[in-house]
Amino acid sequence: MVEKEISCTSAICEALSEEMQRDASVFIIGEDLIAHGGIFGQFSGLPEKFPGRVIDAPISETCIVGGGLGAAMTGMRPVIDMHFADFVTTAMDEIANQMAKIRYMSGGQVKVPLVLWAPDGGGLSAAAQHSQSLESWFVHTPGLKVVVPSEPADVKGLLKSAIRDDDPVIFFQHKQLFAHTGPIPAGEHLVPIGKAAVRRDGRDLTMLTYGRMAHLCMEAAEQLAAEGIDAEIVDLRTLKPLDFACISHSLAKTHRTLIVHEACLTGGFGAELAARIGEELFDELDAPVTRVAARDVPIPFSPGLESYVLPQVEDIVLGARKVFS
Amino acid sequence: MRTTKTEKLRLFEKMLTIRAFEEKAAELFGQNLIPGFIHLSIGEEASAVGTCSVLRSDDYMATTHRGHGHMLAKGADPGRMFAELFGRTTGYCKGKGGSMHIADFSAGILGANGVVGGGFPIMVGAGLSIKLRGTDQVGVVLFGDGAANRGTFHEACNMAAIFNLPLVFVCENNRFASTTPADFALAGGSVSGRAAAYGIPGHSVDGNDVLAVRKVVGQAVARARKGQGPSIVENQTYRYRGHFEGDPQKYRSEEEVKASRRENDPIERFREYLLREKTLSAKREKALREQVAAAIEKAVDFGLKSPEPHPAAALEDLFVAP
Repeated sequence: MVEKEISCTSAICEALSEEMQRDASVFIIGEDLIAHGGIFGQFSGLPEKFPGRVIDAPISETCIVGGGLGAAMTGMRPVIDMHFADFVTTAMDEIANQMAKIRYMSGGQVKVPLVLWAPDGGGLSAAAQHSQSLESWFVHTPGLKVVVPSEPADVKGLLKSAIRDDDPVIFFQHKQLFAHTGPIPAGEHLVPIGKAAVRRDGRDLTMLTYGRMAHLCMEAAEQLAAEGIDAEIVDLRTLKPLDFACISHSLAKTHRTLIVHEACLTGGFGAELAARIGEELFDELDAPVTRVAARDVPIPFSPGLESYVLPQVEDIVLGARKVFS
Repeated sequence: MRTTKTEKLRLFEKMLTIRAFEEKAAELFGQNLIPGFIHLSIGEEASAVGTCSVLRSDDYMATTHRGHGHMLAKGADPGRMFAELFGRTTGYCKGKGGSMHIADFSAGILGANGVVGGGFPIMVGAGLSIKLRGTDQVGVVLFGDGAANRGTFHEACNMAAIFNLPLVFVCENNRFASTTPADFALAGGSVSGRAAAYGIPGHSVDGNDVLAVRKVVGQAVARARKGQGPSIVENQTYRYRGHFEGDPQKYRSEEEVKASRRENDPIERFREYLLREKTLSAKREKALREQVAAAIEKAVDFGLKSPEPHPAAALEDLFVAP
């Protein structure tokens, strides 16, 4: 297929347009969707193309998320726009106690095919309530699938798969990546949920990462190459279900791993990866599992403070050197 | 709303069934045959039966932790309900939900809920779904006076009103949110009065009068079905048992409960009415009560004879496609 270059924002739009065309039960609900095509312009053109199927709701996240859930339980396939990932707290009962559990609690009587689309991440001086990476809360809640793409092709392909999936999918997308462009195959493009991608082949070190940090890892890997460290980069893409086979395959080659995520260190997804690698791949390891993550404070506003808290390329380089020290 | 003699007898039978189910559940709980804890609705049967009597089987209903009566009234099978209370494989949720999470999607029962006020947002979604699919279904969310103080109630009323959703909010004001009296906790003193803030109709009804409930909820449901939007109906009632079985009930006197049973029992009131208008004879009543008792015995027997789930079944039913 001929490839083209599109942005992550356009990838969202293409995925939704194609899926709404394909399936009349798909609709979008959230705040400020019609006047601006979503606050990041991520739904531009869709309100006009699918009148009545892009629903502007009041600032009422509990009922936006719970409403999406009720619609999913009664035959629809909603895509819920969370506005900012940070606002999940205002609908946490609907996500953690209802959405994640209703199928299980009812003995599998009902399916819950919905996507909760949540723009996350820092680096924009948006301060502590608009900058978080909250994926580990949801990974820790059985009943939810968690997806964190980094490239436009994955945004499109995973969003289409998430919409078609019969289970609830929490779809995190980093705000700094909206304008990021990349190649995308023409025509129908689906990326399966639960499959990691190797972004860079390497012999010496496996970087396990996802979301925006995959890009920072690429930069760090170039610097490390000059020092003679050949890093492999595994972009997990889906955190739950986790593609542990891919991790295991890479570690069997490199025997060293550096975990990199933007969420804060303590109790982050890296802790789960480190524990599982320790339990299942201990014999492969030639060095301790090492983590690079945000410092354990809320994300501060002032740019200098924020970049001190969030992992930078230099932090990843230092982390990699530590693995070899 | 016209109610034929046959329909009235059917309402009476449903109320007797719920009372018998709940009294049996209390007895079995006392014998440690039901794990966990249960919340009974004895004394509130008119609200459940009157409300569900105006619903179609494809209408949606969401209920609460005190939901056995609503489910039976909406058409759930008492045998599968008891099996769920016992945690057996034949239960509605295969033993994964228990009393607080029974659901029967085939009967439009979107589930009881362990979170007070948890049903409102879900029913807003069901209402949206009805509108998007263009059917003439209606959704009813049942809740207590305690849930009316949660944000979910206010958000749901607002959203249902602005989207003109085909929903009816049916409050069962049984005077207590767990141990907290509505007289203390409910600003303004009325749930139905809050409807004015959302520009929708609000009605307060004698919730122990099954025909009154049927009439008012019936009007609200008809209105919703015609696309005229949501309403709030507040059924004034009273619960006889504690918040949960075993509740020491320090927040009210025994005399208060006895007085309500003596003077305002929904089943006794309807029985007297039916006898007075000669819809019911003593002979017919006896036959009905025997029939209900036999059905409940059979349901309990089904539940108790059903197998316990295999422990590893705990890992099933989480995802459609893991």
